[in-house]
Amino acid sequence: MQTIHQDTIVAIATPQGEGAIGIIRLSGPNAIHLADTYFYGSNLLKAEGNTVHYGKLKDDDGKMLDECLATVFKAPRSYTKEDVVEFACHGSSYILKSVIKLFLTNGARLAEPGEFTMRAYLNGQMDLSQAEAVADLIASNTASQHALAMDQMRGGFSKMIAALREKLIEFASLIELENDFSEEDVEFADRDSLKQLVQKILRTIRELKQSFDYGNAIKEGIPVAIIGKPNVGKSTLLNALLNEDKAIISAIPGTTRDVIEDTIQMEGLLFRFIDTAGIRETEDTIESLGIARSKEQLAKANIVICVSEIQEDHPSIVQEYKALGVSETQHGIIVLNKTDTFHACHAYDVEEATSTLLNRMPVIAMSAKEKTHLGRLQKELVSVVQEKSKPSQTIVSNLRHYEALDNASTSLEKVIIGLDEGISSDFVAMDIRHALQYLGEISGEISTDDLLDSIFSNFCIGK
Amino acid sequence: MFPKYDVIVVGAGHAGCEAAVAAANMGSKVLLATMNMNTIAQMSCNPAMGGVAKGQIVREVDALGGYSGIVTDHSMIQFRMLNLSKGPAMWSPRAQSDRMEFAAKWRQMLEAHPNIDFWQEMVRGLIVKDGVCKGVLTGIGLEIASESVVLTNGTFLNGLIHIGEKQFGGGRAGEKAATGITEQLVELGFESGRMKTGTPPRVDGRSLDWDKMETQPGDKNPSKFSFTDTPELTKQIPCHIAFTSTEVHEVLKTGFDRSPMFNGRIRGLGPRYCPSIEDKIERFADKDRHQLFVEPEGRNTCEIYVNGFSSSLPEDVQYKALRKIVGFENAKMFRPGYAIEYDFFPPTQLDISLETRLVKNLFFAGQINGTTGYEEAACQGLMAGINAHMAVNDLEPFILKRSDAYIGVLIDDLVNKGTKEPYRMFTSRAEYRILLRQDNADQRLTPLASAIGMQGMEQRLIRVNEKEQALIDIEKLFKKTSVEPAKLNPFLATVGSKALDQKQKAINLINRPKVGIQDVMANCEALEEALADYSIDVLHSAETKIKYAGYIEKEQEMVDKMNRLESVKLHADFDYQKLPSLSAEAKEKLSTQKPRTIGQASRISGVSPSDISVLLVHVGR
Repeated sequence: MQTIHQDTIVAIATPQGEGAIGIIRLSGPNAIHLADTYFYGSNLLKAEGNTVHYGKLKDDDGKMLDECLATVFKAPRSYTKEDVVEFACHGSSYILKSVIKLFLTNGARLAEPGEFTMRAYLNGQMDLSQAEAVADLIASNTASQHALAMDQMRGGFSKMIAALREKLIEFASLIELENDFSEEDVEFADRDSLKQLVQKILRTIRELKQSFDYGNAIKEGIPVAIIGKPNVGKSTLLNALLNEDKAIISAIPGTTRDVIEDTIQMEGLLFRFIDTAGIRETEDTIESLGIARSKEQLAKANIVICVSEIQEDHPSIVQEYKALGVSETQHGIIVLNKTDTFHACHAYDVEEATSTLLNRMPVIAMSAKEKTHLGRLQKELVSVVQEKSKPSQTIVSNLRHYEALDNASTSLEKVIIGLDEGISSDFVAMDIRHALQYLGEISGEISTDDLLDSIFSNFCIGK
Repeated sequence: MFPKYDVIVVGAGHAGCEAAVAAANMGSKVLLATMNMNTIAQMSCNPAMGGVAKGQIVREVDALGGYSGIVTDHSMIQFRMLNLSKGPAMWSPRAQSDRMEFAAKWRQMLEAHPNIDFWQEMVRGLIVKDGVCKGVLTGIGLEIASESVVLTNGTFLNGLIHIGEKQFGGGRAGEKAATGITEQLVELGFESGRMKTGTPPRVDGRSLDWDKMETQPGDKNPSKFSFTDTPELTKQIPCHIAFTSTEVHEVLKTGFDRSPMFNGRIRGLGPRYCPSIEDKIERFADKDRHQLFVEPEGRNTCEIYVNGFSSSLPEDVQYKALRKIVGFENAKMFRPGYAIEYDFFPPTQLDISLETRLVKNLFFAGQINGTTGYEEAACQGLMAGINAHMAVNDLEPFILKRSDAYIGVLIDDLVNKGTKEPYRMFTSRAEYRILLRQDNADQRLTPLASAIGMQGMEQRLIRVNEKEQALIDIEKLFKKTSVEPAKLNPFLATVGSKALDQKQKAINLINRPKVGIQDVMANCEALEEALADYSIDVLHSAETKIKYAGYIEKEQEMVDKMNRLESVKLHADFDYQKLPSLSAEAKEKLSTQKPRTIGQASRISGVSPSDISVLLVHVGR
């Protein structure tokens, strides 16, 4: 197959740094020929597609560079739909650089960031949202990020958008019927059923929009804030969770004057912990700055761990919790810390009593210092997230997609207002068209130059 | 015998007449060749101009200096603004014309033009040298030289008329078909196709029982088509509404075995949105009645057009079925309905200027391009006439964008997507119809016509400027004038709008749904006085401008966004075969249709959005 690009590109396809193996990828019309010229072991020109060959790579002077495996992909059955050869070499950066240099001096060009994927897109391998998903896939570090990117790449999201578009087009046609054929003897859909139809579409879009928070959290790490009065052991708890001494711990209240962040992976989920300065009234200006920032961070968190020192008087714990101002949309977990200084046998009773007073919200009595019952807290965190996501649910994780959905739903809300207020159908139809156009932007059905530019510049080298 | 012409227009229907006038008003020397000078500007089908989307086109033609609007205003016997309840973009003027007066007025206006000559004879061929059109060849063997030719042959090219099992050559009932041109063009490499259309029977108005039908009068305050000073319509003649019945349908069915539609005799494709009565019965078997519009053919005739009863069934079946319609019990038939098949040339063979890609200086307009309707034909004629003049003078073609006019939408659709059935305009074909209103056609297009040097535009441009100033003044007035609750509240109650509890700026009221500019005026003396001198049309335009400002602005943004793609030029010699990532279909379509811009390429059927992305990347965007 002849492809759009006449040149052959090469790049190291594995991350920078030393690894057990390093992969070099060649793609383009001359890839197989070029690879075969320097590969000694078997004849790659005669190799079938999708086959692996053992051999040696030698440079122009016949000096051996490495022993390696060469995988041959034939157009169009390759990632880029072009001829592709991948060399799995030993992972020394010296070897990899020598091999790249060999190909560069013999006709290949160094691939630009994202160029392999760009070729895949241009050669019709994938649509725009699939191509973006590849970028996410490459950058995915956790199992759930990976599953999300895989789902998008397989076109699950594209299909859903296509189905939405179809429904919208159906709706639009009902409105157009009235506009263009008012003089004809036909029955028109009544306003109420039109409204129901839009509302149904709008619900689907809203669900997708809501999934963005979760989808984005998976990509960026689910934000968890740790809050509580000063010196209840928030930093100790963070360190226990992270297993390191990140925050400065001291017995002086107000030691943590700024927000400290770190991420940790638990059961394939990425959590981004935010330790905050204890929230209290203070005269110390630096500390009060820290408190203001804490409140800001608190608002952004999906999960809030509220730390209190355990005590017999559970109503005052409840009061303490309520004073922290955790919003209804956030998932709160109460940690009753310092059980090491408490009668162990009473801890469970306090936990139970506190939870009962707070509508059965999760309450965990533990010791951050001794790391007792830390596992319960970790399990609780994971289950909160898993509850929010049902498997196979389509999740939006891309900001561009989110914006398009947001615009589409704004247009559709206008449609409903229009129908309610008796706005004439030409304007109602206009809002529907806009909604359609916005949805089209997701799957790349309406493509603009800047759109492409920004997408492809987000790719890292070697996919 | 002949001087050398700049433009020869072949055919004098709606497309041909507009083409001749447009080229002549651009300054070209024009010859209008027609087979019969007595049938210039015939309304071959129903005696009406305009309608939904079509009315907007007539206004656009008028704004660009065409004559269809003026002729209609002079010859109309009834006027209605359709879709008044649907919002300003949907408002569509429609007029019932006096058929004979319409043709007479056209001929008079053509004859009044010093740049237009006439020749009555069939044109049977073109003079083509080295891929350039140099004139025409007539039936008696005359060669008439010209710099360019516009073909507007309508249904005449190898026209074949069907009435039941009878079939005979003809371009219209009683008129000969034209031969020779199709054959020559096919030899030159053109692809031709066959289309079909039909017309209903005409009956004797004296034989109808009008009391049994519903009356459909014209508007109380009839408007007009032309932006110029044409006469006001005074004495209107109503139309009537009748219905078919199961009884009528049963009679019609007795002729189905002799119907050329059903026995496969007619091969050309007819329009789905304008089916024959037998088609309606067959396809919508569950409907037990169909609406018919009973339209007068003129002031001085009793001939009646039965709109909605188009048929190619045998004449005796048509007659018997007509007489089963309530009010038609004693009907006498003047002419039977018939179907006609004719040659057309898929319009994807045209450049967006309407010039053919195979032969330079040859232009097509009207049904030859696969369209239907007087309005669609007229606007193509106008554009072909202008562009023939442009080509002769080596000037850039005059192209209207989809965001400029329905005319732009129509031509863009035709040359990029082509058409399988006769193409008719609908408002839904125009993505920016909020901007393409009948009320602002002059503001949109007259400046463009003036800029290319169309004759007679100076005076019109002054008017457009006056109108725009008036719109600004009116808006200012509404912004500064306050209205009293006591005066307005009784009216607001009648439309279910919230009562005022204090004085309000008038503009806030217009922004409410169901409240119009005239409603506010009627309840505010200061406004009524200040606006007394403005015409109703200007007041309506002002209302639209104020009330829908948000929508209009949003739509304009969309246009600007799209126009970015329209500004990315593609060279005619661009080698699409070199881009393997294009689909095979896209490669072929782009190579043959040679779009001028990426925007145009994006609308070619078979060119997908991913193909467009490939092109964008390739041209370095």
